[in-house]
Amino acid sequence: MSNMRSLTFDAIIIGGGGAGMRAALELAKSGKKTAVLSKVFPTRSHTVSAQGGITCAIASADPNDDWRWHMYDTVKGSDYIADQDAAEYMCSEGPKAVFELEHMGLPFSRFDNGRIYQRPFGGQSKNFGEGGQATRTCAAADRTGHALLHTLYQNNLKNNTTFLNEWYAVDLVKNADGDVVGCIAMDIESGEVVHVKAKATVLATGGAGRIYASTTNALINTGDGIGMALRAGFPMQDMEMWQFHPTGIYGAGTLVTEGCRGEGGYLINKDGERFMERYAPNAKDLAGRDVVARSMVMEILEGRGCGEKGDHVLLKLDHLGEEVLGKRLPGIVELSKTFAHVDPANEPIPVVPTCHYMMGGIPTNVHGQAIMQDGDGNDQIINGLFACGEAACVSVHGANRLGGNSLLDLVVFGRAAGMYIEGALNEGIEYLDASESDVETAMKRITRWNASSDGETVPELKRALQDIMQTSFGVFREEDNMQKGVAQLAELRERIAGAYLPDKSNTFNTARVEALELDNLMEVAEATAIAALERKESRGAHSRYDYPDRDDVNWLKHSMYFPLEKRLGKRDVNFAPRTVDVFEPKIRTY
Amino acid sequence: MSNLQVSLYRYNPETDSAPYMENFEVDTQGRDVMVLDVLHMMKEQDNGLAYRRSCREGVCGSDGMNMNGKNGLACITPLSEVVKDDRLVLRPLPGLPVIRDLVVDMALFYKQYERIEPYLQNDQPAPAIERLQSPEERDKLDGLYECILCACCSTACPSFWWNPDKFVGPAGLLQSYRFLVDSRDTATQERLAELEDPFSVFRCRGIMNCVAVCPKGLNPTRAIGKIREMLLANAT
Amino acid sequence: MVTNITNLGRSGLSDWMIQRVSAVILAFYALFIVLYLLFNPGLDYAAWSGLFSQTWMRIFSLLAFVSLAAHAWIGLWTVTTDYLKPTAIRVGVQILVILSIFVFLVWGIQVLWGA
Repeated sequence: MSNMRSLTFDAIIIGGGGAGMRAALELAKSGKKTAVLSKVFPTRSHTVSAQGGITCAIASADPNDDWRWHMYDTVKGSDYIADQDAAEYMCSEGPKAVFELEHMGLPFSRFDNGRIYQRPFGGQSKNFGEGGQATRTCAAADRTGHALLHTLYQNNLKNNTTFLNEWYAVDLVKNADGDVVGCIAMDIESGEVVHVKAKATVLATGGAGRIYASTTNALINTGDGIGMALRAGFPMQDMEMWQFHPTGIYGAGTLVTEGCRGEGGYLINKDGERFMERYAPNAKDLAGRDVVARSMVMEILEGRGCGEKGDHVLLKLDHLGEEVLGKRLPGIVELSKTFAHVDPANEPIPVVPTCHYMMGGIPTNVHGQAIMQDGDGNDQIINGLFACGEAACVSVHGANRLGGNSLLDLVVFGRAAGMYIEGALNEGIEYLDASESDVETAMKRITRWNASSDGETVPELKRALQDIMQTSFGVFREEDNMQKGVAQLAELRERIAGAYLPDKSNTFNTARVEALELDNLMEVAEATAIAALERKESRGAHSRYDYPDRDDVNWLKHSMYFPLEKRLGKRDVNFAPRTVDVFEPKIRTY
Repeated sequence: MSNLQVSLYRYNPETDSAPYMENFEVDTQGRDVMVLDVLHMMKEQDNGLAYRRSCREGVCGSDGMNMNGKNGLACITPLSEVVKDDRLVLRPLPGLPVIRDLVVDMALFYKQYERIEPYLQNDQPAPAIERLQSPEERDKLDGLYECILCACCSTACPSFWWNPDKFVGPAGLLQSYRFLVDSRDTATQERLAELEDPFSVFRCRGIMNCVAVCPKGLNPTRAIGKIREMLLANAT
Repeated sequence: MVTNITNLGRSGLSDWMIQRVSAVILAFYALFIVLYLLFNPGLDYAAWSGLFSQTWMRIFSLLAFVSLAAHAWIGLWTVTTDYLKPTAIRVGVQILVILSIFVFLVWGIQVLWGA
């Protein structure tokens, strides 16, 4: 490998979505030699699909709004396994981060007084759950993610960030001390494989919703960062926690924002009944997403689903009128016409809970530093490795994320990681260089695919993986089915290890990229499956028929999945916010 | 129901001396799927087929291509909208260099976007909260900021074909106007000064191909007209 | 900003303005000629010559000729920059076009004012 070209940066940011570009912006402004490496042109990243908004107590809709209320909602929404120091950091720093975005040009919708428009979202309350529904989600119509992502890209252009667009990161490079000192990456256009050296490597690779057959996620959401970290032997946190969004368009899986219900839409069953009134008498359709998704599945299972197969419910919006739909939800009108063949001004949209968000990920502290555990189970910083955005688990979302908190997570922790890395670089970082054998280790799997001469192909294996996950690790889970799923995945791993890449050309070989992605899907799926099987309780998005109750005695904990032993351990949840009183776990009702 | 006949533009610089059209037969089982779904089916037949895709719901702008002669996004174009006589002809976006199959080199397109300085410029110190903007001022950005940079418009524009290095093109000009008209931007004069040459804006002949193909229903021609009005008002 | 030295106004805006103003002048001129022909059936040389011997008609015609020259130059310059990519050919054609326009314009003036 000595003839391989190498590139050297102070910081390499893998992933050009909201989190990666926010981190990059911070570093580019500080003059550090930074590059964003993204497998797609940055504005094609999945942040672009975020619709409803960014939840933050900027006190626009309600001048008395308080970030502590937002923190309370976030912790309650997480079913009490969000780290309270992290939730505190996100909610209190949030307004600064949102105002910065506005100053950068993000075209937020506006109230008559000229301030940023906010809409109600699920799980929001005033006065620590005592003051009724809050209105806290800042929006640019129903295209907030698009507006945010383009604004961040534009400001990175302004600050001359280096972009390695359409480059694919293959694996992390670790030195003899176990520090992360860069990665192996492939320029997709030319096929050239390059050794990227960096003092800080930031994984901002987003989610991995493509482990499920039905998902709102983009086709590129294959958990590349998670796969890389797992292969490097680093643990993952809370991987069993997958959010199923209540309103994915039936059949297509495309997302319909919670903002629809925030603007006054509601769900109905085949009898036309607004069934959420039964499951969540107070918050109704704006209960936590896990609660709404479960209620929908209950309706369907109990025979009140809609359509010929009775396998979905309907989202009613027509009573909002064309003006509100056109002004506040124009993208939804387009999407439902295209994918559901329904004009929401006249007819309800058929929807079904659909895999949407990975609450788990690479455990980090609020500075984005990746964490592993030493032999005694104490936190230990992984030198050189950072994570932010959906790939990271700080954890602010715990067992269930609130709507609008993902965009806030991106900008707050992308920014935090950037600021921390800038400080660390200023103080000086020196790690051991990677040896030739370290680099070869990171080259192993691309070498294997390139040498493969026979075997099963990528599309069929990917479909098998997605079917296993959909069948055994969906909204409701139980032991036997998950046991079966874990066994099937173990078998699938063998099949993937012998899989075949027919096209070995170099120029824009998307088949090679998809093969490399399949390895990552496999890593994420297995981590999810084992964590889900081992967490013997129901909490947030993780619902088990066989363990229907929350078990705070044993499981008021993060799960930690260790890939080398395929073992699930635990990690303490932080109950020590710095400036507010801790929120003690309570029964969670809406 | 007969199978769908797809004629696909193929070119791999490593093996082909020249591009050619290849025929595929795809069994859609009579369903009205999206063109992108058809491409997935074809890629299962031929692993080497190259195209870009990401969100598959028309917001990321990856899969702009030419379908039966018209530019659009494969992921939100149902077969019923483009197919005639069970035939579908797929080509890369016209006017840009082809890297492989349906993947074009968009460097010139992005260069024109960057040229218009697509970011808010404001020489006043930022307030502690957001900059205020009335709903009426904000309304002016509607129909502009939604651009997804798919390049369907610019690659449907003859003026951009002939002068992609000098004419900003409809996509870039739409974004140029998005910042010219933003009440929070203070660089209007500098922006206009960059646009008054005979190429950047004035190569637009108003034929409205851009409007006809924009998958987001935006109207670059109107934005270009507004820029001309601003230039005129500024110079007379 | 894209710089160039061969266009008329050195600015796209002024070229655009000239193109529109000259088009309006040519439209009026054409309309006038058409109406004149319609209202004077059986027109003979004397009447035609008489029309062009009047000063206002000569000024009007000269205005139209100058407009035509400017309009043609801007239009053809645009065509050459669109379709003729090799610089030598493009500049060659541009010189040919501008010479032709100059010759036609001078010739036109001579016809109008010469006699």
